[in-house]
Amino acid sequence: MSRLNQLRERLRSVRGDDVRTDGGTVEHTGESGFLPDFDSEFVRSLPFWLPPFLLMGFFVYGAIGWNFVISLTDFSGFSLPTYELSAFDFEMYRQAFSDPTFWTAVQNTVILLVVFTSLCLVGGLLLAILVDQGIRFENTFRTVYLLPMALSFVVTAVFWSWMYNNTTGVINVVLRSVGLDFLAMNWLGGYIDTGVLATIPYFPSAVKIRLFAVIFALLWQYSGYAMVVYLAGLRAIPDDHYEAARIDGASTLTMYRRVIIPQLRASTISAAVVLMVFALKAFDFLYVLFGSNPGPAADILATMMYREAFGSNQWAYGSAIAIILFVMALAVIAPYLYSEYRRGEL
Amino acid sequence: MTETPPADADGEPTDDSERGRLAALTSGLTAGRAALYALLAGLVVFYLSPLEAGLMTAFKTTDAFTHTAPIAPPGPGGFTTEPWKTAFATLKSGLINSVILAVPAAALSALFGSLAAYGLTNLKWRGQVPIVLLFVAGIFIPYQAVLVPLSRFFAIVNTQQLLEPLWGLPLMEPYYASLVNLIITHTAYGIPLTMLLFRSYYKNFSTEMLEAARLDGATAYTIYRRIILPLSVPMFAVTLIYQFTQIWNDLLFALIIIPSGSGQAAVVTLKLNELTGGIVQTFNTQMAGAFVAAIPTLIVYVLFGDKFARGVAGQ
Repeated sequence: MSRLNQLRERLRSVRGDDVRTDGGTVEHTGESGFLPDFDSEFVRSLPFWLPPFLLMGFFVYGAIGWNFVISLTDFSGFSLPTYELSAFDFEMYRQAFSDPTFWTAVQNTVILLVVFTSLCLVGGLLLAILVDQGIRFENTFRTVYLLPMALSFVVTAVFWSWMYNNTTGVINVVLRSVGLDFLAMNWLGGYIDTGVLATIPYFPSAVKIRLFAVIFALLWQYSGYAMVVYLAGLRAIPDDHYEAARIDGASTLTMYRRVIIPQLRASTISAAVVLMVFALKAFDFLYVLFGSNPGPAADILATMMYREAFGSNQWAYGSAIAIILFVMALAVIAPYLYSEYRRGEL
Repeated sequence: MTETPPADADGEPTDDSERGRLAALTSGLTAGRAALYALLAGLVVFYLSPLEAGLMTAFKTTDAFTHTAPIAPPGPGGFTTEPWKTAFATLKSGLINSVILAVPAAALSALFGSLAAYGLTNLKWRGQVPIVLLFVAGIFIPYQAVLVPLSRFFAIVNTQQLLEPLWGLPLMEPYYASLVNLIITHTAYGIPLTMLLFRSYYKNFSTEMLEAARLDGATAYTIYRRIILPLSVPMFAVTLIYQFTQIWNDLLFALIIIPSGSGQAAVVTLKLNELTGGIVQTFNTQMAGAFVAAIPTLIVYVLFGDKFARGVAGQ
């Protein structure tokens, strides 16, 4: 059937638009029919995808290219940027690499990416397994766990500033009421000393509690997302895999560890990529809590970029930091997109 | 996401419990079952506690919220609705601006996504995949990488001047130009995701059906208008809900594009940020403000949670 359609296609593209539905006489079956076919279908598809592509392409790729050009200039203050090829240099990148604030931001960005993404995956997987036990009110549980993700960072930041409040915040109040007073602390304060633990070799003497408090809040907001992805992955595993494992006498733990979780590789990868992108967008959350300068205990490249460009009017410097951030993101997404492309998933 | 069986009203186990996984976990032990539900309920408490504490605080007087536990309901003397009135009065213009922004931007990005997906999925030609790749990569870029050019672009392209004739019309205000800029921005950056959502949906459309229409002499446009578009309604719902939520919740683009200070065009997230940025820590008003700003997305989520989840999962 589809072969016949192909033939009709070719016939029609060769002859023009007037094709008879009875199939007619099919003479042009040779390879010569291919090129016109391709062309006409390509041309007919243009009005549909080209306008959105140009709009998106200009704002995404055009803007990134423009951003890169700006990062090569000395654009700052209230003057207009001058695009002179002879004046282009990588001075802003050199400046960034010799700026301790930049390296702190890089370190915090990496901690945020790694700690947030891995904990979120683990949490989401556990949630998905719990929800997948054939429980009653499954939809209700799922809806509640995913709820924070529907909220704006601006809104959740307001809630968490209250949760973490030093004197009357929920977390400290609960800790004090169960006798764990020593754990109650100013969560958004900055650093905490690790005390005796610091005697362990390589153990840091201070921990960036502000950054980890932010990570915890982000986990609250996004673990529901990982759950949704894993749940879809779990539902795609045929029932007999569970049954086979049980017949073999595997315990629940062994069954999940040996049989089920290895099959969730694709879910893990796609969830991890998206979670890392979310983590890079944590700017809104930090901005609401700390303004454009969260200090060394929580500054990430996204906040630093905004501060330099839109706070200090160091446009070129901000653009250079943005390009470095973009390259970091590219290092995460390019292998992912390439593998999707290879598997024909796109 | 796979379809889940509807919750059973009569308390019978749902279909999934027939699957091996239930029996595997609990081996029919009711104690294990009880522990499972206790754990699930504990998690519900964890996920809702920031909201609950916020809600309770929003109904307390300043005196009450400093002296009572944050999760405790307000006592008889400590109850007030004043924070809600203050918050609503402050955020009202922001709410209106956010509606003016989010509804058209969500609709446009959904429409463009659908058109692009049709041209790249149902009309078949070689070399589609690289184009698709360029679209999809747009989902993942960190927006910091476009902020400076974005602010430059809207400094050069003055929409307020370009759309001059519009502002004379009834109900139109010149400051809407900033919102127009924001609509264009959100539409452009929304297209990659909406395209992907529609493409995964259109991939399942039968080639024979579209082929038959074409043999009857239908043009590509007619096929889109008469066949694809009506069949896309469920996907439009998913896309619109997801995009509306994303655009409503955005702060970053608004910070860049809306003139700084308390511009008339400030959207609700900007207004809320202003409200919380004050020197005096009026937590009750802040919490009420957070809820006021979140109400539209909460309503959408409660009504269409499943569609939101599909948008989230990119399906």
